[in-house]
Amino acid sequence: MSEANAPVSPVLSVRKLHKRYEDQHVLRGVEFDIHKGQVKAVLGPSGSGKSTMLRLMALLEPADDGEILLHGRRIGVRDGRAPGGLAVALPERELAKERRNIGMVFQKFNLFPHLSACRNVMLGLTSVKGIHHKDAEEQAMAMLASVGLSHRSGHFPSELSGGQQQRVAIARALVMNPDVLLFDEPTSALDPELVGEVLDVMESLANDGMTMIVVTHEVRFARRVADEVTLFDGGVIVEQAAPDEFFDNPQHERTRKFLSHVH
Amino acid sequence: MEFDVGIFLQQIVNPSYLSGAFLSVAVAVLSLVLATVIGFVVALGRTSRSRVAQGAAGLYTWFFRAIPALLVLLIIWNALPQLFPVLRQEWFSPFIAAFIGLGVVEAAFMAEIIRSALLSVDEGQALAGRALGMSPAKVMLKVILPQAIRIALPPTGNEFIGLVKFSSLASVISLQELLTTAQVGVNITFRYAEYYAAAIVYYLIIVSLLTLVQSQVEKKFVWTSRTRSKKLPRPETAGQGVFS
Ligand SMILES: Nc1ncnc2c1ncn2[C@@H]1O[C@H](COP(=O)(O)OP(=O)(O)OP(=O)(O)O)[C@@H](O)[C@H]1O
Ligand SMILES: [Mg+2]
Repeated sequence: MSEANAPVSPVLSVRKLHKRYEDQHVLRGVEFDIHKGQVKAVLGPSGSGKSTMLRLMALLEPADDGEILLHGRRIGVRDGRAPGGLAVALPERELAKERRNIGMVFQKFNLFPHLSACRNVMLGLTSVKGIHHKDAEEQAMAMLASVGLSHRSGHFPSELSGGQQQRVAIARALVMNPDVLLFDEPTSALDPELVGEVLDVMESLANDGMTMIVVTHEVRFARRVADEVTLFDGGVIVEQAAPDEFFDNPQHERTRKFLSHVH
Repeated sequence: MEFDVGIFLQQIVNPSYLSGAFLSVAVAVLSLVLATVIGFVVALGRTSRSRVAQGAAGLYTWFFRAIPALLVLLIIWNALPQLFPVLRQEWFSPFIAAFIGLGVVEAAFMAEIIRSALLSVDEGQALAGRALGMSPAKVMLKVILPQAIRIALPPTGNEFIGLVKFSSLASVISLQELLTTAQVGVNITFRYAEYYAAAIVYYLIIVSLLTLVQSQVEKKFVWTSRTRSKKLPRPETAGQGVFS
C-alpha cells in the first residue's frame, strides 16, 4: 500500500447509491468520485435527487443500498454485515464522529439564530472538537476574516444579510477543516445582488485547493470555477465532463435539453 | 358590617399571610420544576421513533390530563401512605405531597408545551448541528433547546401562574398556603371581606412579580447584538460624546 505509484483514492466516492422514500425511488445507483482539490458542479432539474445525494454523502441520512467511501474507506456502516448480507448503519453517535470530515453548506444557511456569527463558527470547535473557548474564538475570528466578516462577528443571524449569513455558514463548515465541502444550492435563497459575494468566497476557496461538490444553478460559476460539471437527472448521473465540453458539446440528449432551459 | 380598613391592613402585614404566600409560591416553583423535568422526558417520548416510548408518553399525558388535580392530591396524601409504609414517615409533609401531586399533573401539560416547542424548531437546525459532527445530546443541548425554550417561555409563564392558584387546592391536604391562611382567619373572625381582600392583594403582588420576572427572562432570549453588548462600553456613549 505504501508504493509511491499506488493510485491515490478519491477523497469521496459513491458507489451504486440507492435511496427510496416510500414508493419513490429517488437515487437509482449514483456513481461519483471527487479527488483532492477538485471542484465538481452538479446541475439538474428540481426534484431529481441532488439534495438527497448530498445528505447521504454527508451521512445525514442512511442509504438503502450502495457505498460511501472517504479516502477509500467505507463510512457510515459497521465492519461486517448483518445476516441478510446488508451493511449495518452505525448508530447516530458514531455517525456524528465520521461526519466531522465532511462539511455541508445549506441552501437556507441554517445558522443558529441564538448565537452570534462568531459563536456559530465556534460551536463545532468547542462542542465537537473540544477546543478551548479562547482558541476556538481565535480560529473562528480568523475564519470570519477570511470570508470578509470580521466586522460582523458579534452580530446575530437576524441582523445579517442573506449573503453575510451564507458566508458565516461557509466559515462554520470550513473551520472544522473538512476533507470535502458539500454545497447545496448555496445561492438559491439569496437576492440576486447578494449572490456574487458568496460565489466570490467559494471561488477563492476553490483556488486555495478546497475539495468541493457544488449543487448549483449558477451556470457561469460552474463554467468558470468547476473542474468538472455533472448533470444529475432521474436519480442518476447522466453526464460528467469538463466545463467547456459539458456546456459547448454535451454528449447526451438530456443534457442538451436541460441546458436549453437554463441558458 | 362595613369594610374595616384597619383589619384589612393588619392582615396584609400579618406574618401568616406572608408565610402562606411563600408556601404557595414555593409549591408552584417546585412543581413547575418537577413538571418541566417529567414533561421534557414525556415530550421526548412522544417525539421518539420508538413505539414503546410513544405509547408510554401518550399514556402519561392521557392519564394525568383526565384526572382532577384535587383527586391526585388526595390520592398522594391519603391513599399512597396506606400502600407504602415509607410515606407514613415524618418527612412526607403536606408540602412535599402538594408539589409532587401538582408536579405530576402539570407535567402532562408541560409535555405538550415542550413537545410543540421542540417541533417548532426548524428541521434545518438539527441538520446543521449534525452536519458539524455534533452528537445527538449536543444537538439537543446546544442547538434545539435554546430555541425551544424561547418558544416555551410564554406558555410556561401562564402555567406557572396557574400553579400558584392551583396550590390553593393543597388546602385539602392541610397545607397552610395563602388561601388556607385566609380561610382559617375567616373561620375565626367572620371578617370575610377584609381577609379575602388581603388574599387578593397577595395574589396580585405574586402574579405581578412573576410577570416582571418573565419579561426579564424573555428579554434574555431576544437574539440581537444590541441586548448583549451592554457589557461593552459603546463608543458613542463612552467618553465625552458630542451631544453629552
Ligand atoms: N425526507 C423526504 N421524505 C420523502 N420524500 C423526500 C424527502 N426528501 C426528498 N424527497 C423526495 O425526493 C425527491 C428528490 O428530492 P431532492 O430534494 O433530493 O431533489 P433536488 O434535486 O434537490 O431538488 P431541488 O432542485 O428542488 O432542490 C423529491 O421528489 C422529494 O419530494
Ligand atoms: Mg435540493
